[in-house]
Amino acid sequence: MSPGILGRKIGMTQVFRADGRVVPVTLLKAGPCVVVQRKTPLTDGYDAVQLGLMEYVKPARINKPRTGHLKKANVEGVKFLKELRLRPGDDDFKPGDKVLVDQFKPAEKVDVIGISKGRGFAGVVRRHHFRGGEATHGSMFHRAPGSIGASSYPSRVFPGTRMAGHMGNHRVTVRNLEIIDVNAEDNVLVVKGAVPGPNGGYVVVRRAKR
Amino acid sequence: MNNTLLTKYINSKKRQDVPEFRPGDTVRVHVKIKEGDKERLQAFEGTVIARKNSGMGETITVRKISFGHGVERIFPLNAPVIDRIEVVRTGKVRRSKLYYLRGLRGKAARLKER
Repeated sequence: MSPGILGRKIGMTQVFRADGRVVPVTLLKAGPCVVVQRKTPLTDGYDAVQLGLMEYVKPARINKPRTGHLKKANVEGVKFLKELRLRPGDDDFKPGDKVLVDQFKPAEKVDVIGISKGRGFAGVVRRHHFRGGEATHGSMFHRAPGSIGASSYPSRVFPGTRMAGHMGNHRVTVRNLEIIDVNAEDNVLVVKGAVPGPNGGYVVVRRAKR
Repeated sequence: MNNTLLTKYINSKKRQDVPEFRPGDTVRVHVKIKEGDKERLQAFEGTVIARKNSGMGETITVRKISFGHGVERIFPLNAPVIDRIEVVRTGKVRRSKLYYLRGLRGKAARLKER
């Protein structure tokens, strides 16, 4: 059993279950992946496997250190590399081994990790769901954050106070998504619900931790 | 909606037995109804006044006059609760959404055969 697989988000649609209920689903192009490196407690201090997503990559787009690293495992056409920790019960992998979608079965649970869509510099209403003030009726308080620290006490701003700033474009994990469908022919994995990132964005699909 | 894999997946999941019809046509939709552990079919016959969305979420709005009252039902075309759809009559119309029929009744709400 592989600990997970790498892929790209294709897009969302919906399907009907056998009992007639609609399920929102995300399609992922998952794999084929190759094992690029095997990390062991002996040499690296922990048990992990480094996977690479096989796709069309111009050799000139990969820098020389990485080209050398890939040459060690004798793999080509890999741009997106991610490590997955091995847990007891997982298979042993050798560099060059393939990981395919058919390792997953419908009704299993997975975690999906992706980079969320960047929202730029976002205000406090959008970023932290502050309620903001009235738009009209003479209100002079619209989307401002309000008080962030009074003058006599505490007369400072507490660390971690929610404010405006950069939103999105960070790593997000969605846990326990149900697998609805697996298509080994097209390497398509269908999971229930939404997945972080834009269509075409890279994602890591990991067997659910809990 | 232009990714080939997504289109391929949707086409593989869509039901294939939907006949060809357009807004203005009269259809009979047979709906599966569960009563306890028994299942039976109920037909709903009326004019298609709208066909909306594409892909798995495609729906039709069917309108009929039932005991003097206008009744409209929206059916998801790909839902398994729909047993089958029959085209009863075609209608000649010049727009894709026939919401104007809601304001008309009797003779005025008739449509010419296509």
